[in-house]
Parts: sequence; structure tokens; C-alpha cells
Amino acid sequence: MIRAMLMAAGSGFTAPNVDEFFPKAALFAGTAFRMTRINLIGLLMTLVVMVFFTIAFRKPQFVPRGIQNAGEVAINFVRINIVEEVLGKHGRAYEGYLSALFFMVLAFNVTGFVPGLQIAGTSVVAIPMLLAIVSWIVFNASGIRHHGLGHYLKANLFPSGVPAPIYLLVTPIEFISTFLLRPVTLTVRLLANMMSGHLLLVLFFSATSYLLFDATGFLKIFGLASYAMGFAFTLFEILVAFLQAYIFTLLTAVYIDGALSEH
Amino acid sequence: MVLSALVLAEGDKPSVLLPATADLIWGTLSFVILLVFFSKYVLPTARKLANERADKIEGGLRRAEAAQAEAERLLEQYREALAEARTEAAAIRNAAQADRAHIIEEARAEAVAAATEISQRAHEQIASEQAQVMSGLKREVGEIAVDLAGRIVGEVLADDARARAAVDRFIADLERSAAEAGH
Repeated sequence: MIRAMLMAAGSGFTAPNVDEFFPKAALFAGTAFRMTRINLIGLLMTLVVMVFFTIAFRKPQFVPRGIQNAGEVAINFVRINIVEEVLGKHGRAYEGYLSALFFMVLAFNVTGFVPGLQIAGTSVVAIPMLLAIVSWIVFNASGIRHHGLGHYLKANLFPSGVPAPIYLLVTPIEFISTFLLRPVTLTVRLLANMMSGHLLLVLFFSATSYLLFDATGFLKIFGLASYAMGFAFTLFEILVAFLQAYIFTLLTAVYIDGALSEH
Repeated sequence: MVLSALVLAEGDKPSVLLPATADLIWGTLSFVILLVFFSKYVLPTARKLANERADKIEGGLRRAEAAQAEAERLLEQYREALAEARTEAAAIRNAAQADRAHIIEEARAEAVAAATEISQRAHEQIASEQAQVMSGLKREVGEIAVDLAGRIVGEVLADDARARAAVDRFIADLERSAAEAGH
């Protein structure tokens, strides 16, 4: 109906689509290293994370103040709420990896609502997929190193306490869920959240612009409503950016813990 | 096949679900940098800081404990010294009391001895004076008696041996009769 009304207003409104996530190359066009603005945003955020923690721990004080305090809170969040909470005594060996994972995903996510950047570094499939594959390698390698390949596969594919014929059913399910679906769900969960968030923000704010400046009459009121929605979804995206980084890291920790545990 | 239909690009449009090589390269670069950065710099620094903090706090607690133990040890020492001093004072007091009793006893014994001696000397003096008086008296009485008897008899018996012997006999008789009368 709205579309009909917009048509009636004689519009050239174009809703955002997935082309948003395939910007033109900004640098090195045509090479394997072609760089889009999303790649630039990723490198920028990598730098931001490094600068932040470098300044935070440059002259560590016994009593932390200011940015050091913020840096310690951030590091402690990952260590206490993810590493120690899930992995306990095994956790220390994975703290570096899980911290890098959390802060990379978080930093790449927040660019979705940073003015001037306006797109999440994680909204191209390569980033979530890359991190999901690394997580897959890490949890499997942990399990194999801890139990040996045979025992690890047996523990995962042939869980004890199940009658032998049921393995016909259980083993394929376990194989698919543990070894195939985990990286896929990690990838899709993060990617879909970041893509949909971006599309929603673009939709609401471009609609605001269109309705306020191009539409006529009472439709302008909907421009305000659209702006309000865009504002609300911006707040929501802040939550999602943090939440998805937390979930990705937490699930990776849970997978590692599952691979290390005895059954 | 369904999956590939989903992810494969339609025409020359890129796929949402197939990663671009360049994106993977740049993503890997970021990830490796951050992994090294956190593993080699941030976490070791944070751990070192946390350990130093724990050391300082534990060190403070240990120092406080040591100080308290030292204070308790000193207090114990003072208490011992005080108890010792009290015991010593009591011993001194007891010794003084014993000394006092001893001194009094000695003084009394000395006084008694002195008194005894004095009274003995007085008795002796009295006895000797008595003896002197008696002997003087004897002679005088003798002379008087002789004188008297001479006057009565009319002859002088003085310097006469017989008369003297008679007087002595008389006096002895007198003494004896006096002694018998006295008893």
C-alpha cells in the first residue's frame, strides 16, 4: 500500500538492496588486493583497536585511571565473562585468540552506526566466514590435541550410552551439527545480523530523506516516523554490535570447551 | 546443488554468501595483526599488571602480619619483664621484712644482755659494798665492845691478844645467834 502511495507521489524512491555490500574498489582495482571502502574500514578499525589498547597499557599504573581503566575493563570482560566462565582452567591458552576475535568482531560491527563509515566491516561474508573457519580449526585442533584424533572423533560421532543401532541416526546428525553446521551458523548469524541492520538503517534514513524532501502533503509526517524508527534501530544496532561479538566469541569458547571435555 | 544455486552469483552479480578473495586477504591481515597484538602485547601486559597488583596487595598483607607478630612479641616481652619486676619487688619486700624481724630480734637480745649485765654489775657492787660495810661495822663494833668492856672491867684490853680473841669469839657468837634468830 505504501508502495502504491509512493508511486502515486510520483517517486523515484529506490529501496536499498544487497548491492550496498559490494561497493566499487577504492584502491588496487582489478588486482587480488583490490580494496573497497569496507576493507578500508576493517583496516581502520584494526588500527583503532591497536591504538586504543596501546595507549591504555602504555604506562600501566597500579591504580588504573581513564583509558587504562577502560582497557582493563574490556580485557577483563573477555577474560572473566567468556574465557574463565566457559573454559575455566583451560582458558588461559585461548585468551589471546578469543580476545582478538571478540575485539575484531566488535570493532568491525560498530562501524555499522559510526557516522561517516555507516557500514559494518562484518557485513561482507568473508569476515564472518574467515573467523568461523578459524574457530572451527581451533576447536577441532584443541579436541584432537587433547584426546587424539580417534578418541575425539569417537566421542563426538559415537556418544557413549547410546544403543548401537541408534548410531545410524545419531552419527550423521552429530557429524553435520558439529563439523558442518557450526561454522555455517557462526557465519550466517553474524553476517545476517550485520547486513539486515545496515539495510534497515539505510531504508529508514533514505525513506526519511525521501519522504521529507520529495514526497508531498501528509506523507511528510511519515518522514518523521521513519526518522524515529531509524533512530530506534540505531540504538538497537549498538546493542546488536556488542551482542553479536559476544555471542560469536562465547560460542567459540563453548565449542572449544566441548572439544576438550571428556565425553 | 540447491546450496550452490543459492550462493552462486546470478549473472555477473557477486554472491552474498561467497567470499571475495580480496576481502579474505584483508580480513586475514586484520585478524593476524590483532591476534599477535593481543597475544604478544595486550594480554602479557595486562597479566603482568595483575600479578604486580596481586604481589603488592599480598606483600602489604604480609608486611602487616609481620608487624602485628612483632608487636605481639614485644607485648609478650614487656609482660614478661613486668611480671619479673613484680616478682623481684615481692622478693625484695619479703627479704626486707625478714631483715626487719631479724634486726628487731637482735636489738632486743642485745638490750636484754645489756640489762642483765648492768643488773649483775649492780648486784656485785651492792654485795661488795655490803661486805665492806659489814667488815667495817665488825671492826667498829669490836672496838666499841672492847672499849666498853675495858671501861666496865677497868682494864685496858687493847692490843692484848687474849682480849682480841675474846672479842672475836663474842662477835662470832653474836653473828651466829643473829643468824639463828633471823632464820
